[in-house]
Amino acid sequence: MTYLAKPKFHHPELPKNALGYTHRDYEGSVSTLCAGCGHDSITAAIIQACFELSIEPHRVAKISGIGCSSKTPTYFLGNSHGFNSVHGRMPSVLTGANLANRDLIYLGVSGDGDSASIGLGQFAHCLRRGVNMVYIVENNGVYGLTKGQFSATADRGSKSKRGFINTDNSIDLVAMALQLGASFVARSFSGDKHQLVPIIKAAIAHKGAAFIDVISPCVAFNNHAGSTKSFDFVREHNEAVNRLDFISSRMPIEVKYEPGTVEVVEQHDGSKLALRKLAADYELHDRTAALGFLQHHAAKGQIVTGLLYVEQEPEDLHAHLRTVDSPLNALDEKELCPGQAALDKFNASLR
Amino acid sequence: MKNTDISAPDYFHKVVDCQWACPAHTPVPEYIRLIAHGRYSDAYMINWRSNVFPGILGRTCDRPCEPACRRVRVEKEPVAICRLKRVAADYKDDIRDRLPKPAAKKNGKRIALVGGGPASLTVARDLAPLGYQCVVFDGDPKAGGMIRTQIPKFRLPDSVIDEECGYILDLGVEFRAGKRIDSLKSLIAEGWDAIFVGSGAPRGRDLDIPGRKEAAKNIHIGIDWLSSVSFEHISKIGKRVVVLGGGNTAMDCCRSARRLGGEKVDVVVRSGFEEMKASPWEKEDAMHEGIPIHNYLVPKEFTHENGRLTGITFEKVKAEYDAKGRRKLVPAGEPDQHFPCDDVLVAVGQENAFPWIERDAGIEFDQWNMPKVNTQTMASTHPKVFFGGDAAFGPKNIIWAVAHGHEAAVSIDKMLNGEDITDRPLPAVEVMSQKMGIHEWSYDNEIALDKRYKVPHRDKVVALKDIKAEVELGFDEQLAFAEAGRCLNCDVQTVFSAQLCIECDACVDICPMDCITFTPNGEEADLRKRLNAPSHNLTQDLYVQDGLKTGRVMVKDEDVCLHCGLCAERCPTGAWDMQKFLLDMTHAGTSCRPPRRSAA
Repeated sequence: MTYLAKPKFHHPELPKNALGYTHRDYEGSVSTLCAGCGHDSITAAIIQACFELSIEPHRVAKISGIGCSSKTPTYFLGNSHGFNSVHGRMPSVLTGANLANRDLIYLGVSGDGDSASIGLGQFAHCLRRGVNMVYIVENNGVYGLTKGQFSATADRGSKSKRGFINTDNSIDLVAMALQLGASFVARSFSGDKHQLVPIIKAAIAHKGAAFIDVISPCVAFNNHAGSTKSFDFVREHNEAVNRLDFISSRMPIEVKYEPGTVEVVEQHDGSKLALRKLAADYELHDRTAALGFLQHHAAKGQIVTGLLYVEQEPEDLHAHLRTVDSPLNALDEKELCPGQAALDKFNASLR
Repeated sequence: MKNTDISAPDYFHKVVDCQWACPAHTPVPEYIRLIAHGRYSDAYMINWRSNVFPGILGRTCDRPCEPACRRVRVEKEPVAICRLKRVAADYKDDIRDRLPKPAAKKNGKRIALVGGGPASLTVARDLAPLGYQCVVFDGDPKAGGMIRTQIPKFRLPDSVIDEECGYILDLGVEFRAGKRIDSLKSLIAEGWDAIFVGSGAPRGRDLDIPGRKEAAKNIHIGIDWLSSVSFEHISKIGKRVVVLGGGNTAMDCCRSARRLGGEKVDVVVRSGFEEMKASPWEKEDAMHEGIPIHNYLVPKEFTHENGRLTGITFEKVKAEYDAKGRRKLVPAGEPDQHFPCDDVLVAVGQENAFPWIERDAGIEFDQWNMPKVNTQTMASTHPKVFFGGDAAFGPKNIIWAVAHGHEAAVSIDKMLNGEDITDRPLPAVEVMSQKMGIHEWSYDNEIALDKRYKVPHRDKVVALKDIKAEVELGFDEQLAFAEAGRCLNCDVQTVFSAQLCIECDACVDICPMDCITFTPNGEEADLRKRLNAPSHNLTQDLYVQDGLKTGRVMVKDEDVCLHCGLCAERCPTGAWDMQKFLLDMTHAGTSCRPPRRSAA
């Protein structure tokens, strides 16, 4: 961490987005995490993604739980809505907020402790319900705030900084998200922003439950030899299935690719995902195949990254519940109290 | 690109833009930090060592450092480097016991210095403490040269000149006042071991247009007139004065005229206002004193009646540019303008003049009638004669004269020790980590957003009444502290060790200026296109280091780095460190000569 605020000066020729903002305008206050923390890189990737999408900061709600990862929303989008909730309870707070105001962009930021231990149930149910959100887990495999015990995502057989070997099986949040019905599932690495930024952009544009597991080395407690979440290990065992270019619906540019090398996925909002395949046999729209692929590579000690699954016609919780189209705060008295006649009609429908 | 060799002194020197731009290479950030600490005497001594005349330069320097200041690229206005130098001079204690002592033992070598201006005095200061017997010849009664004769007292009081010339003369330098050298040949014949010519560019250019002869009584050559004002031979001028010329001498002339009875003083220049040679701040000061500057007017004729000047007629011109972008002034087709006036000051340039150097004295001259002088050694074609200051390459400024003086002193010292003068000494360089703790550095790395502070001026009414009343009052200590805080400490360098880097991107993410990029290597033009922020300033280097595990390179664009040290604070492995780069030019003395091999 640093004690100094980041100086206000910025590069004189910094590019501006459609709103006239530079990426510096999407920053929050200065990070108090350890120097070199992977989470800070994810913060930078979120800033870059929101800048590139020209998102108005006041249209974003960032919601988190407890932990190093859950501190990070303070460090980006300083002009957005935020809620730092109870440990593991980000999904239910976010679900509530989303039901009340469906127009905001919801960024749920959590960690492996917050989502795979204390909040595992919340994680499961919110994905199962298809809440329209970006669910980011900043996954470092340790409890950093309590000085480096194994977390539930630490791989069996990996070594702690003090030399202990983990004997518990690990939870693979990506596999769970696939099983639970998340309509957009990806894994990335904090040390590879070229991969991470487009994935975050695509997830924001995705209307449905988008889950991103980001491996984020803990430089203080989990970046040693024998760890499977260190910079070196992840770089050596990274098996990227594809490279993604996110093409927003507002971008007029036609991107040309060699035929056969790229798969273009159109999303509901008109944006396109151009995927350069790296693994020839990988099928993006097949949940069960994705699960098999993941487990097959995990058994070989490889970490599969990239956009792993997208549902072509996603639905979200509002569609399931057939809720009103506008946010609740936009409903006026006439709509909220439609009168005796409407009540009578409704009661009659139940008889 | 190849790995950047940061051990070459020039690499980091270039990053310290102000020091690189300074002809004498004064370690600017170092003395500004000392000023911020209130260590004015220490700050003064750093300046004194490097530029010899801190109090004088702190008021009059042409400040090549300021346009170079990184703050210009980052914000807009440079740090007020020049006026901070004056702060060191104004608030220092008595520093006389810190100056070198006159040599206890003379080495028997005699050096003649022609002209008592900044170039000669610098040579004398460097050589006298080494035991050389230095004799300065000057036609004027007091030392200082153009510093004393051409700079008005309201910009530079005599007391400052006396003090700083005194420090040099007190080193045992002999000053022969009123002794103008009129023959180089006879000087050579006197058997000096070396002769240094620092006689300046003493001739003001004249303007040969109709009416010049007839109205001669009221037409004055700028530098001669300033010198007469300086020595109090002249104390008044007509009520209406026209100053011709757009350089700093013109500015000094018009402001002096304003104080000697000129009620309506106008400056008229041939070309555009923007192209004037005068420093922007000098133009500002003149206009602040109610002196309008008229441009695109070419003088055509002095008008006169009964042998008395009545005014000047000008032709209105406009600038036209040819295909090559060269400017030409062509008649604008407007009627001529007449400026009625009582006196005219002609400040249209200065020339070198060497009537006292016989053309067979062994000094070769070039086609422009200038002596052939080596730009590095300051040597002429005569083995014992060296040149410096305006006498060497035409009119420049004081700080260049000082830089020439240092180099000439090195040459003389080496020559008289039987060494090759073309073998120039390297500067002394020191690089030291500034790390004190995890987030602590031994320099103030917080970036001040303050805008440039203005130097307080004396009330205009009071200032215009007295030609000796200094207009600028200088920063007080509070203002100096605030202004010093604007310095970005560009000498505290970002030093990168690839073997320690784990490529976590922490430095990339925290850098407020997006200077740092990790990317595959390539040629410079290609790399510049792939950096995290636009990289168009080709005068600023890219710092490239390979040896990273992923095979990429670290590229840092030095252009707008704030030297805030956040990259180093955020680095978990200490791959980035902030190290102070202190470069000290090597002056005459044992350190400019390689160690002698012993006979054994």
